[in-house]
Parts: sequence; C-alpha cells; structure tokens
Amino acid sequence: MLPYIVRRLLASLPVVAVVLLIVFFVVRLVPGDPATLIAGHEATQEEYQKIKKSLGLDKSVGVQFREWSTGLIRGDFGDSIRSGRSVLSLISRRLEPSLSLMLTTEFIVICVAIPLGVTAAWKANSTLDRGVMVFAAVGYSVPVFWLGFILIWIFGLWAFGRDDPILPVARYVRFFDNPWEFIRHLILPAFCLGLISIAAVTRMTRASVLELLREDYVRTARAKGLGEMVVLVRHALRNAGLPIMTIVGLSLAGLFSGAVVTENVFAIPGVGRLAAEAIQTRDYPIIQGLIILFAAAYVYINLLIDILYAYLDPRIRY
Amino acid sequence: MVRSAIRGLEETPASGLVRTLRSVARLASDPGELGRAMRRQPTMSAGITILAIMVLISITGPLLLPSEGRIGVLYPPNKIHMDDRLEAPGSQFLFGSDDFGRDVFSRTLDGGRVSMFIGAAVAVLAMAFGSILGSIAGYFRPIDAVLMRIMDGLMSIPTLLLAIALMMLLEAGVWTVIAAIVIVDTPNMTRIARAQVLSLREQVFVEAAKGIGAGWMRVLGRHVMPNLIAPVIVMGTLVAAQAMLVEAYLSFLGAGVPSHSQATWGNVMAEGRTFIHKAMWMIFFPGLFLAVTVISVNLMGDGLRDILDPKLRRRL
Repeated sequence: MLPYIVRRLLASLPVVAVVLLIVFFVVRLVPGDPATLIAGHEATQEEYQKIKKSLGLDKSVGVQFREWSTGLIRGDFGDSIRSGRSVLSLISRRLEPSLSLMLTTEFIVICVAIPLGVTAAWKANSTLDRGVMVFAAVGYSVPVFWLGFILIWIFGLWAFGRDDPILPVARYVRFFDNPWEFIRHLILPAFCLGLISIAAVTRMTRASVLELLREDYVRTARAKGLGEMVVLVRHALRNAGLPIMTIVGLSLAGLFSGAVVTENVFAIPGVGRLAAEAIQTRDYPIIQGLIILFAAAYVYINLLIDILYAYLDPRIRY
Repeated sequence: MVRSAIRGLEETPASGLVRTLRSVARLASDPGELGRAMRRQPTMSAGITILAIMVLISITGPLLLPSEGRIGVLYPPNKIHMDDRLEAPGSQFLFGSDDFGRDVFSRTLDGGRVSMFIGAAVAVLAMAFGSILGSIAGYFRPIDAVLMRIMDGLMSIPTLLLAIALMMLLEAGVWTVIAAIVIVDTPNMTRIARAQVLSLREQVFVEAAKGIGAGWMRVLGRHVMPNLIAPVIVMGTLVAAQAMLVEAYLSFLGAGVPSHSQATWGNVMAEGRTFIHKAMWMIFFPGLFLAVTVISVNLMGDGLRDILDPKLRRRL
C-alpha cells in the first residue's frame, strides 16, 4: 500500500506544477496589457506602475519566475492590489463558511442521490425510473443562481403566506454561535448548489447498479431467498460504490465553481464572495490565489479518493 | 501484404462521418422512418423540438425588434424609458421592465441570440481544437505526455475561476467570453478525442493506410479524424449547454458581456439581482428561457450519445 501511495503522491506533483505554470504564464501571455485593464482607464501613471509592480510585470520573465516560485514555496501567494494585505490571509479568513457550505452540500448529495439512483435502477424503465431520470436531466441544466433566486422568492418573500420564513434565505451563522441556526441557514444554499451533483451522482448510481443487477451473483442472492433490500444494498450497491465515489470526487470541481455563484446569491461571506469582490475591484492576485488553492484541493482530494479506491479494491494496486 | 493493406482500406468507408451522413439522409428522405426514429428516442425528439423552437425565436425575434418606437409589445432592446421603471409584466411590457425601463421581453429575445451564439461558437471551437489536439496527443506519443499534463492541469482548475481570471485580463466582450470558455472546455474535449485516437491507431485500416505509404497528415485527416466525429459531437452538445450556463454565471459575477452594449440572458438576470424583491420578472423570464434551452440541448445530447456511441453511456 505504501509504495502505491508514494507513487501516486509523486505523480500528482507534475499536475500541481502545471497549474502553477499556467497561472504564472496566463498573465504574461494574454494579448494586451493586463496592468492597464486592472488599473482601469482613468488610473494615473503612478497607480499603473504600482499595479504593474504588484503583478510582478516590471521585471524580466526569468527574474519574475524566480521570485514568484520562491515566494510560493514560502507560502507567499502575493498581496491584494487594493488592500495590500496578503492573499493567503484574506482567503483563510473566508474559508470557514465555504467549507461548511460544501460539506453540507456533499452530505445532502450523498443522502439524496444514492437512494434515488438505486431506486431508479431497481425499478428500471418504470414510470418512477423515468421520473427520476427527467429530474436528473432537469437538475443538470438549471442555472444555479436562477434556482437560488426562485428559492429566495418562494421562501423569503412569498413565504407560504407566513410572517416568519420557514427557512432563512440569506447570511451565515457560525456553528459555535448557534448550531441549529447554522444548519437552517445552510439548507437552501446547499440544496441549490448540490442539485447539479445530485443529478450527476444519481445517473452514475443508476447506471452502475443497473449493470450489477444483471450479474449472476445477484440472481443467486435472489434465488436463495434474500430480501430485495439486502440484494440491493449489500450485493449491488456495495459493488457499485467505487464508480460512485469517483464521480463524487470529480463533481467537486463543479462544486467549487458552483459555490462561488451560490455564496453570492445567498450572501454567504465565503471565498466565493471574496472572488466576486475581487472581480468588482479588479484585484487579480486574489483570483490567482483562489485558483491555486482550489486546484490543489481538487488534485489532492481526488488523490485521496484514488488511494481509498486502492484500499477497498486491492486489484487496483498494479 | 499489399493486398491485405488494400482490403484494410476498403473497410474505411464505413467511417463515422459517412455513416452519420447516410443515416441523416435516409431519415430526411423517408418521413415514416423519421417518425419511427423519433418514437424510439422520445426524450431526444422532445429536446430537438424545443431547441428548434428556441433557436427560431432567437433568430426571428431580434429581427422583428424595432430600432425606434414600438411595434405592439416589441420595443428596441436597449431603449430606456425612465417613466416606466420596474413595471410589472402586463399588456404594456409582456415580461415587465427593468430598472432603466427597458423592456425585459425584447431584451430576453435579443439576449437569447447572443447566449445561443456563445453556446454554439464555444461548442464548435472546442470541438475543433479538441479533435486536433486530441489527434496529435493520441498519435504522437512524445507530445502526448506534455500536452496531456497541461490538459490535466487546466482541468483541475475550477472552470468558473479560470474563466473569471481570463475575463479579468481581457477586454470584456462577446468574443472574449467565447475565448475564455473555449480555453476552459477544450481539455475535456481533447481527452475524449485522444482516448478514441488511441484505440483507432491500432485498427487495421490505419495500419493499412500507413503501409501503403500515407503520410501522417493523410492518416490523421482521412482515416482517424472522421471516426472522432461521434464522440466529439456528443461531448459538443454538453459543452454548448455548459457554455451558456458559464456565460450566465460570468455575467452574474460581473465578469461577462457588459449589459449596456449588448443584452444576454446572463446580464439581464445579473441586473435583476438587486431588484429581486421588487422585480422578480427580471430574473425569472430570461432564466426560464436559459433553463429550457439548456435542458433541450442536454436531452438532445443524451439521445445522440445513445445513438452514436453506446459505449460512452457509462463514462459520462
């Protein structure tokens, strides 16, 4: 097991290195002068020079690259252009709400999508199955923020004719301040953010379970008189677990993108809000820092899933 | 050797392109066949029908829009009516008016044209770049390692953040939005094309073509790439659907096509976010059009995948 983990860890390094190279070269390769765009057209020469300097564009490419990469190794992701604070500290202060939102979402996705997918496969080609698949197709296509605003309108404004809304539609409450309110505030955003993943995971679960239900050992299990529940969960779902895990890991990338939008709809003060603020103030280093962090998170979470995969299914460790 | 090589070549005409074109021609020439095909794939037929209607609306709608004054319920999409701000939907403004008194119905029609154009353009460009890069990666092994590491890197960056970063560095406009989304979507396309090329290059007809002395340009262009069409088209529909959503997200976050120059579904909704309490219609109608279009494209893609490439069904 250990050699496998070491090998996978080493194999992940080039991907992260490529991400860093892409981030470094994207500013330098785009046509036009990014410093002018970021400074805005009404900026003075002095402001322009300052921005050029903070983007690191005032020196030769070789020197820029050396300074940038040694900075990264020391954990220096650069400074915000507008506030001058370090990007890392700005991001880390906003991380908690985002993590809470994403974990809640992933929890809802797993709790909803897997039973839904198993049921659809079990009753394949029935009306129920078609209904689930149409729901999945629709869920995959609905714009996240449109759904968010409709939920806000239903729960916050129309509110089923009640004076106090059933579920809050904005802001974030910290878990340690009030656990109950923490959960109540996250339900709508998490559902909204999770819909696309629910659709994807439902489809994957249905496809994998459907295939396994045709296997001989499932027929044997049924023939020896095991209940449907046991056959479905212990024989089919257990073996379908690995591909489902993979799609859950891959859907994280979509979750990161979706979180940026969802946080802005529901006024959650996480990194997604930070990204939107950075767009408004044209604060490029913040976006750059977010890209590096999210890409690294994506690579290593998927690495973790691969290792878990190999642990659960020793055949993988070739 | 030569004879078997020639026999190998004779097997190529059943390449993806020819097969697809033939079945399309057969469907078009025989209405009964068309009806049967549509019944076999009811959800795809529904998707294609809805998409056709949406495309028709988006092409003819903006042509009907007046540049001055009003015709019935149609207004010029960018005309400001300061006396009629945030009017509710009714007989004057079919979908209501926005905070500048602009007609949301006309803006939705006009925006649809641009949003759909962005979706289509991104799909076509990503399909082109993806097949070319995928063919090169699959065919020339030394390039493969480098190219695919770059694609892996691009794919591990959340799409929206990469698109945001590109939009911050480019002058905002329709074509820069297209360019940003193409860069984000090409890696996936490349991966699909490459996987296909890897299995194709072992086929007898490719060996045969090489055997009789065809150069790499000819082998790739005539024998390999036509067979990429099926999986690439299937992926292309997904990309088109996704691109329309990303356009809307970019606008919503303030990094998309500027709304004063050109309405898109995304930026009409983005302007409505501050008025959600007073003017729900600013978000509801363009979003509904966007959602219906994306659903129809996805349904079409699902059907196409089942027809063209049953093996892909599990991978997506």
